Amino acid sequence: MVRPTEVEEGEDKAPVLAPGHSFASITDKISGLVLKRPLHLGWVAGFFVSFMVMQGVLFGATYLFVKGVGIWGVNIPIGWGFAIVNFVWWIGIGHAGTLISAILLLLRQSWRNSINRFAEAMTLFAVAQAGVFPLLHLGRPWVFYWLFPYPNTMGYWPNFRSPLVWDVFAVSTYFTISLVFWFIGLIPDLASLRDRTDNSFIRFTYGMLAMGWRGSARHWARFETAYLLLAGLATPLVLSVHTVVSFDFAIGIVPGWHTTIFPPYFVAGAIYSGFAMVLVLAIPIRKFYGVKDFITDRHLENSAMVMLATGLIVAYGYGMEAFMNWYGGNPYENYLRWARLHGPYAPWYLALLFFNIFLPQILWIRRIRTNPVWLFLISMDVLVGMWLERFIIVVVSLTRDFTNSAWGMYYPTRWDWAVLMGTLGMFCALMFLFVRLLPMISIFELNTLLPEAEVKHK
Amino acid sequence: MMEEKNRKQHVEAVCPSKKDKLDLETARARIAETKGPEYWRSLEELAGSTEFQEMMHREFPKGASEWADSVSRRGFMKLMGASLAMAGMTACTKQPLEPIVPYVQQPEEVVPGRPMFFASAFSLGGYASPVLVESHLYRPTKVEGNDKHPASMGGTDVFAQASVLDMYDPDRSQNVTYRGELSTWGEFMVAMRDPLIAQNAANGAGIRILTGTVSSPTLADQFAQIRSRYPEAKWHVYEPVNRDNVIAGAQMAFGQPVETTYKFDAADVIVSLDADFLYAGFPGTTRYARDFAKRRNPDAGNMSRMYVIESTPSSTGAKADHHLPVRASDIEPFARALVSGLGSAGGGGSLKGGQQKYLDAIVKDLQSHRGSSVVIAGDHQPPAVHVLVHAINQSLGNVGKTVFYTEPVNANPINQTDSLKDLIADMRAGKVQMLVIAGVNPLYDAPPDLGFADALKSSNIPLRVHLGLYQDETSQYCHWHINEAHYLESWGDARAYDGTVSIVQPLIAPLYGGKSVYELMALFAGQTEATGHGHVQNYWRSKHTGADFDAFWRKSLHDGWIEGSTFEPKSVTAKGAAASSATSQNDNSIEINFRRDPSIYDGRFSNNGWLQELPKPMTKMTWDNPLLMGPAMAERMGVKTQDLVRLELNGKNLTVPVWIQAGHPDYSVTCFLGYGRARAGRVGTGAGFDMYPLRFSATPWFTTGVKISKAGGTYLLASTQGYQTMETQDGDNRPLVRTRSLDEYQKEPNFAQEGNPPPELTLYPGYDYAKEPYAWGMTIDLNACVGCNNCILACQSENNIPIVGKEQVNKGRHMHWLRVDAYYQGDRDNPKAYFQPVPCMQCENAPCELVCPVGATTHSSEGLNDMVYNRCVGTRYCSNNCPYKVRRFNFFLFQDWETPQFKMMRNPDVTVRSRGVMEKCTYCVQRINHHRIDSEVAGRKIADGELQTACQQSCPANAISFGNINDKNSQVSKQKSNQRNYGLLQDLNTRPRTTYLAEIRNPNPELEA
Amino acid sequence: MRPEPIFGMMAEFDTPTDVVVAAQRTTEAGYIRIDAYSPFPIEELAEAIGFHKNGVALITLIGGILGMCGGFMLQWWINTISYPVNIGGRPPNSWPAFIPVTFEMTILFAGLSAVFGMLVLNGLPMPYHPVFNVPRFELVTKDKFFLVIFSSDPRFDTIKTRAFLEGLGAKSISEVPS
Repeated sequence: MVRPTEVEEGEDKAPVLAPGHSFASITDKISGLVLKRPLHLGWVAGFFVSFMVMQGVLFGATYLFVKGVGIWGVNIPIGWGFAIVNFVWWIGIGHAGTLISAILLLLRQSWRNSINRFAEAMTLFAVAQAGVFPLLHLGRPWVFYWLFPYPNTMGYWPNFRSPLVWDVFAVSTYFTISLVFWFIGLIPDLASLRDRTDNSFIRFTYGMLAMGWRGSARHWARFETAYLLLAGLATPLVLSVHTVVSFDFAIGIVPGWHTTIFPPYFVAGAIYSGFAMVLVLAIPIRKFYGVKDFITDRHLENSAMVMLATGLIVAYGYGMEAFMNWYGGNPYENYLRWARLHGPYAPWYLALLFFNIFLPQILWIRRIRTNPVWLFLISMDVLVGMWLERFIIVVVSLTRDFTNSAWGMYYPTRWDWAVLMGTLGMFCALMFLFVRLLPMISIFELNTLLPEAEVKHK
Repeated sequence: MMEEKNRKQHVEAVCPSKKDKLDLETARARIAETKGPEYWRSLEELAGSTEFQEMMHREFPKGASEWADSVSRRGFMKLMGASLAMAGMTACTKQPLEPIVPYVQQPEEVVPGRPMFFASAFSLGGYASPVLVESHLYRPTKVEGNDKHPASMGGTDVFAQASVLDMYDPDRSQNVTYRGELSTWGEFMVAMRDPLIAQNAANGAGIRILTGTVSSPTLADQFAQIRSRYPEAKWHVYEPVNRDNVIAGAQMAFGQPVETTYKFDAADVIVSLDADFLYAGFPGTTRYARDFAKRRNPDAGNMSRMYVIESTPSSTGAKADHHLPVRASDIEPFARALVSGLGSAGGGGSLKGGQQKYLDAIVKDLQSHRGSSVVIAGDHQPPAVHVLVHAINQSLGNVGKTVFYTEPVNANPINQTDSLKDLIADMRAGKVQMLVIAGVNPLYDAPPDLGFADALKSSNIPLRVHLGLYQDETSQYCHWHINEAHYLESWGDARAYDGTVSIVQPLIAPLYGGKSVYELMALFAGQTEATGHGHVQNYWRSKHTGADFDAFWRKSLHDGWIEGSTFEPKSVTAKGAAASSATSQNDNSIEINFRRDPSIYDGRFSNNGWLQELPKPMTKMTWDNPLLMGPAMAERMGVKTQDLVRLELNGKNLTVPVWIQAGHPDYSVTCFLGYGRARAGRVGTGAGFDMYPLRFSATPWFTTGVKISKAGGTYLLASTQGYQTMETQDGDNRPLVRTRSLDEYQKEPNFAQEGNPPPELTLYPGYDYAKEPYAWGMTIDLNACVGCNNCILACQSENNIPIVGKEQVNKGRHMHWLRVDAYYQGDRDNPKAYFQPVPCMQCENAPCELVCPVGATTHSSEGLNDMVYNRCVGTRYCSNNCPYKVRRFNFFLFQDWETPQFKMMRNPDVTVRSRGVMEKCTYCVQRINHHRIDSEVAGRKIADGELQTACQQSCPANAISFGNINDKNSQVSKQKSNQRNYGLLQDLNTRPRTTYLAEIRNPNPELEA
Repeated sequence: MRPEPIFGMMAEFDTPTDVVVAAQRTTEAGYIRIDAYSPFPIEELAEAIGFHKNGVALITLIGGILGMCGGFMLQWWINTISYPVNIGGRPPNSWPAFIPVTFEMTILFAGLSAVFGMLVLNGLPMPYHPVFNVPRFELVTKDKFFLVIFSSDPRFDTIKTRAFLEGLGAKSISEVPS
């Protein structure tokens, strides 16, 4: 695995891994969180609450299937509402996980070793939430499978020119690859759990999942190759996924959608919100599970710096978009720029600028970067801001398009909110299960961070 | 509230026998509880209820109820059987017994899938609109204009278009009732025998018959016979929207109630004094629109010029070259000034600032077009104005050239308000023994000061009979209610605006077994033996002079009109105008105008969902009748659209919402009649606000002195148009409607072409449509379009388009495949207004097709942008990507899949869409295929003009051309080669197949300066 | 009496360095059927036991190429042969629109072949393996490192091999029963 290099061990920086740990201590600590830690009331309460909130999506979906998509605020001209906003938002959040586990791996950023496991889990769960929406927002959800190219009696196929079909392929590929990536990364740790427990049922379960992993040097060699290759594949994949998602809009001719800057600026936005979510999860976890030794201030600071960087790219995106609207001389684009600033949704747009652009700038201050409380708040703020960004792009563009007579307004209904909240609940519920049942930090990768892990040549 | 209570008590007084039993009234109330979209529900739900079975029970011979107690199984089964029979009653259709004659020759038997067409006539306010009715297996499904008839020439008006829905309306009265209990026609006739015998002795002194305006010769003849049998009997006429002023004006000018008709195609200059002659409800509007449009072609070189001086913005005003908003009370001074300006007597009077320059220009223009100009006054203008206008037309020598006088179409041209007053006086005096109210609803729409309601409720009239399509406000205070047969179900005749008689043929035996007014009157005329068919035929047989009556009869039915029945112009001379009667109004006292509603007329169409959801021409409002107010006045009062205001007039109060209408005159407001019905049906009941309580008999159309104050609070108004100007707030002006003045156009004929992308502007090799036999295309001439909304309803009727209800319209979910946008440009107090019908553009590079993930919308080889409903999964991406926003989505199950009546009404050639699918205009592809099959069978190509889309067919102004653009000689190809031809948003390179001809106005240079 | 057959001889070490050195010595000593076990990947260890290259990369490449061709061919066939339709005036084979799906299919197939290739070559899943019979072997997933010389090795001899391993400074030696 990635080994710490001298470059990173700056004097002033917190270490990636707190001193005084050995292979044994790391293994025992992390596997203990799953095997030895008693069931805390906090966990039960948290899981229960998120499970209850999750009912929002269940009730919302049921009522939707009964009545029709009209229970939402969507209309003509605003054909897409919260469903698509939430879809893009969740997908974006997922991206940070892949970025950490794949791109940072290729960049040999050893500090990612202690946060990649739950970051990947976060990716999976976020993409799962995202997957809910394209299905629900259909007028006739029960025929969703017509979007897949399968031989059928109609002898008819999907339209491969439509970005929605690209979405189907991109998102399903993304989910599959993230899943296997996450799972093979788990195999050695599952073996470790298998060997740490005395309970035969638990041993059997983890043993089956570990597929009889025994740490053979040959296995490790092939494992390493596959893991690196997956990282190499996941890197362009994660970039392509949000690019394709941005095509949903960029391919359309709607003013505010039809722009070539979308792919890079969507990807940056995705990583921006993704890292915000990583921090929102990491900060409480490392507190309540006492793994500050593994997820150190160093991780928080690095994540904060990634946020700051991607946030600036996003800011550039806004600026360039507005500039091109004006400079391009397209009256429809230009009017949309005006409408965003002065139209009925101006408060939302200004809120977006504040949340996404201005507030995060305080991350330039080191003391804030390293202060968990501040980071937590700013991350929350960025998550809201990025949701607003998608709202501005998806909804506001549709309210003011080419034909003045067809301009409209969009008002979300209680069912729009119910489904959004519901997916938040489902996401949290899944995270609770994850931290309880699986090693939230990669044991074997963390071990490689120990100096003893190096082979000294005599 | 109070009134409601009184009424209830009274009903029980009238019908003591009905305590806690379901009579039709409560049944209706029950049904009426379901509002909004879900009102389209069937009777079955109700049939399930025990009360309903109890009600059915009443239908059985007395005694049957005694032995069968409600819990006995057999009784129950029997009742269920009965109620189900009732519910299923409508599932079978019968053709009328009498021979009816199809319009075009058809095979001997009906061929399933091949519609037949029958000529008939729809009457409104006594004036007939000649129509052809499409019939599938004897189910009338669509009303179209009678292209052979001079009054239609293929066009229709919105009311005629929507009438087919009325016929199938499940809320229509379905039974004869006595004191609210089910009865039968037979029982009614029996019950009438003795009273009539009694009246016979009294020469019918106690008989009063109240009808609407009648132009039917047969009916007039029946009344003559009634009078001969009962000399003392009186026939009263009252409709709230009547032409008393016109008739009075004619009386004053000519000493006789002549009818005035116009030839707008012969007019170079048209001056309308508050006459909205281009919108449905004005006699002859269909023909007038055609004639008017004929002279609005800038390429023909003889484009007419129209000045409209009006008190409330109308579609006629929108088409004017010069539009002058003035208060209704200022029209008369203007007319007088016009008279004096033209140098004839009876003039005088000074004009308000700003009007003078218009007057001078108009005077000049009229003088230079003597004999080729038309001055026309609105029905609601006082008789004096009509006298003045007659004088003007005469002095200009227009009479006999552009203006004609004929016999009155109205068979009984009396002053209807006076007629109603007399009736009420007699009712109060107890002179009325037998009151027959046929087809009108005075309890709802009579002027409040006459107190018709009280006179009727005071039960000193022993026998009150009501004939009507609905159990309405009036019926509940009549002992007998006879369910009237719709005109599509009954025989009759009526005169068009020019006097031409149309025979009304039934398309179907009465769905609910109703009776026509002829059959009711026959009872009094002593013709009980004959059927409606008999009455009409006998009358015309008696009038027929020629040899072969059957041939004449057959021809008349076939053509839809009786040859030679058109009135000949009379030569009459107008007396000079009387001296000014109008007291000059205080400029700052606020005037209120009462107008018929553009969608539901005087309230009689309240329960017609198509009309309720039809966007009104100027406001695009649906389902409501807010108070129109000019921007300046609204600013002074500090009210916004949707704010509630309190109206106070002659001690009556009303609280209504405000709609700010650009171009509405200041110190004046307009309200529309016909809303706020208490007993209209599931659609109409409760919609909007009842304005009749403010409408006093002395001032039926406008009056000053109304007090308006902010009431606080707002009221939701559902308009279908998001933004009513092409100017965006960032100062840009979008060229959606491209327009120039005639001079500019002649200087720069190609102005409409700017931004037209070159054909080679594409990355891809284009699809070669030229090789196909057909390439369908459409042009819409914005110059001809008069914004009459016909196309919307024709499309709705042809393509089984559902209505969605006010809430959904407000959410932006209305389903019209074709919309007519109204744009206002310039000065908000007197803007220029433009109409633009927008169907699907059938783009060759369709943005919607590209983004559909399942290929549910693709392009046909003939250039149609096909929509495959069954394939659609409902992503709505296509709608997002449609720059014209012409796609409509079924957010819920909007279409009614239960009610049997509506199943029968639908066009069997068009899919009934379900929930969750997108739909849109298809250029009436079912018609294309129909004609393709015919032409292939005949081994020829579809001829130009043979195939018409529904919108094109109904257009009175011929604004829409449709056809094969691969055929260079086709009408549409010629239109497209016109230099005014442009594509909407063509700079997007969507290459629309539907294109527009830019609008050219012909303003008076003097006024432009 | 003959000793019951054993699967191999297992030596336990404390540090990565020890096991790597031991493994190198063992291969130098001519043993070929050997394997080493560790809690985390040690590149040198695979080298040391003479395991130089694995087939995972090749399998991944093949998978990727298959995915790419299959993805594009599918779209091309559907739009030009199976059911060509006029979509917004675009030609049947509008290949630029087919790129995104082609790309995703490449990634999908390559990724899955990498994973399953690795598992198959590793012979996983394999819930039972003789080395699990050694009680201390459970520490291989914690902090101990093991070297095994299989009895199938031609040079294997219970006595000599045990002596050899002791010579490597193993913490403990145990026989792996089969």
